[in-house]
Amino acid sequence: MLRIEKLTKRFGVNTAVDAATLDIDKPAMIGIIGRSGAGKSTLLRMINRLADASEGRILFEGRDVTALRGAARRAWQSDCAMIFQQFNLVPRMDVVSNVLHGTLNRRSTLATVFNLYPTADIHRAIEILDRLGIAEHAPKRAEALSGGQQQRVAIARALMQDPRIILADEPIASLDPMNAQTVMEALRRIHDEDGRTVICNLHTLDTARRYCDRVVGMRDGRIVFDGLPAQLTTGVAREIYGAGADFSEAATSTEIDTLDASIRAARKGAAPVY
Amino acid sequence: MAEASDNSIRVDGIQLAYMAQVRARRIMNLILIVLFAALMFSGFATADARNAGGFWDGLGNVLDFPADVFGEAMERAHLLPGYLLKYLPSLLETVNIAGAATLLGAVMGLLLSLLATRGLAPFPWLITPVRRLLDILRAVPEIVIALVLIFLLGGGPVPAMIAIALHTTGALGKLLSEVNENASLKPVEGLESVGANWSQRMALGVLPQVAPNHLSYVLLRFEINIRASAILGFVGAGGIGYDLRNTMSWGQGKFDEAAAIFVLLFLTIVVVDQCSSALRNRLTHGTSPSKVTS
Repeated sequence: MLRIEKLTKRFGVNTAVDAATLDIDKPAMIGIIGRSGAGKSTLLRMINRLADASEGRILFEGRDVTALRGAARRAWQSDCAMIFQQFNLVPRMDVVSNVLHGTLNRRSTLATVFNLYPTADIHRAIEILDRLGIAEHAPKRAEALSGGQQQRVAIARALMQDPRIILADEPIASLDPMNAQTVMEALRRIHDEDGRTVICNLHTLDTARRYCDRVVGMRDGRIVFDGLPAQLTTGVAREIYGAGADFSEAATSTEIDTLDASIRAARKGAAPVY
Repeated sequence: MAEASDNSIRVDGIQLAYMAQVRARRIMNLILIVLFAALMFSGFATADARNAGGFWDGLGNVLDFPADVFGEAMERAHLLPGYLLKYLPSLLETVNIAGAATLLGAVMGLLLSLLATRGLAPFPWLITPVRRLLDILRAVPEIVIALVLIFLLGGGPVPAMIAIALHTTGALGKLLSEVNENASLKPVEGLESVGANWSQRMALGVLPQVAPNHLSYVLLRFEINIRASAILGFVGAGGIGYDLRNTMSWGQGKFDEAAAIFVLLFLTIVVVDQCSSALRNRLTHGTSPSKVTS
């Protein structure tokens, strides 16, 4: 379905992504982990074509996505939704308008600039918001919502695109543990119920293990691990993060359960072992 | 099952309420567009009716003057470099008037802008008087101030400089105060917590945040002031405006020199624009190469 071949991105002398190769043959929920600067965001931005690749190809169902220009590129972007760490909504517009932005590629410029969306689209936008549990916030301005709610609006915008793939770039990094759980569960549900492929950059191992079918580890722009969550041992994690023996998963965790576990372990007088 | 139908009733309610809101907004937009179009046409019709010659009759002659200037300039193109040199001193005088007026106006405007910004002003009761003062400074055309001052002080660059500086104070005071409003108060609170006085809080807490925007407004004002000081030359303030008036009068056969002056003014604006974007980039991004994040 999606094939990435030796994808490389250079910024001047720095190589952000170095000959990344990845093959996704059926819809799945995939987590990409690695420390900051490992090239996770750049990889997703190249798939969405927000950034151009320096070398290599991205193939979607046999079509070379990296070669698309102009309208064809924008059509691909509408098929390949992106969710950002900082939500990237238009803060002064209401929630439904933000969700309707997911249809911009299909509608005429003049109609959208004057906010003339079809009634059916507006109804669908509110139904999607209801599915994510935030329909009652529909008429509010996006900036009036909490972080977790805003991220769900961003997911609703992505769903409004009716995309083949959803890319999520650190979707929970700015959220507290409760909101993080809601957002991750929403993404998982979208994969389970709609069968869409979700590729998700994450910075905590336990999140990747808990929600993803497959985990990809990146270090210094290279893909250094590609396997099942169960194969992701502490040793492998140390290698991905380039950490020493003092590396503890609990220290980076945002899960409430892990926190409890590590506190319990600390009370027992033993360091948490994973 | 009952839960599902309850939910669909709830969603229907939200959809209906939102659609009502959308319809109200669309009607408002339509009214505004109609109003805008009506104002534009009626305003134009009024202006055209009061016109001495009539807009549509004169439309064909609009290009006559530029054509004459361009024609004469092309005929005597070989003289152009000489004219550029000849008028350079007047241009420097004009730029000098604009520069001095901008500096003076920017300093006063900055001070008044801080006094007129809610949340930053040291004396809240002074905000409204300061704003009205800025309004007055903006309302009086600089050419009127210049004419009065020329009458009192005699012709020359100083009255022009004062006139432009006063108008600049009014204009920049308002613009800079709007920029100040968007500055975050957190650094200011941080400085207050260490015992800094008002001037220190403004200079060290607010200015670093707003400096790039302030600079761009001041430099835009500098461009506007170059043009303003050229216009004031028409009424006896010296500089390139005086030369422009003499060469531009019809029937003197000096249109080639007028063209040279236009070229000089254009080049000046280009230079100022280029310098200002370079300066602003340095101020916003610093001189170090930008960091790469992934």
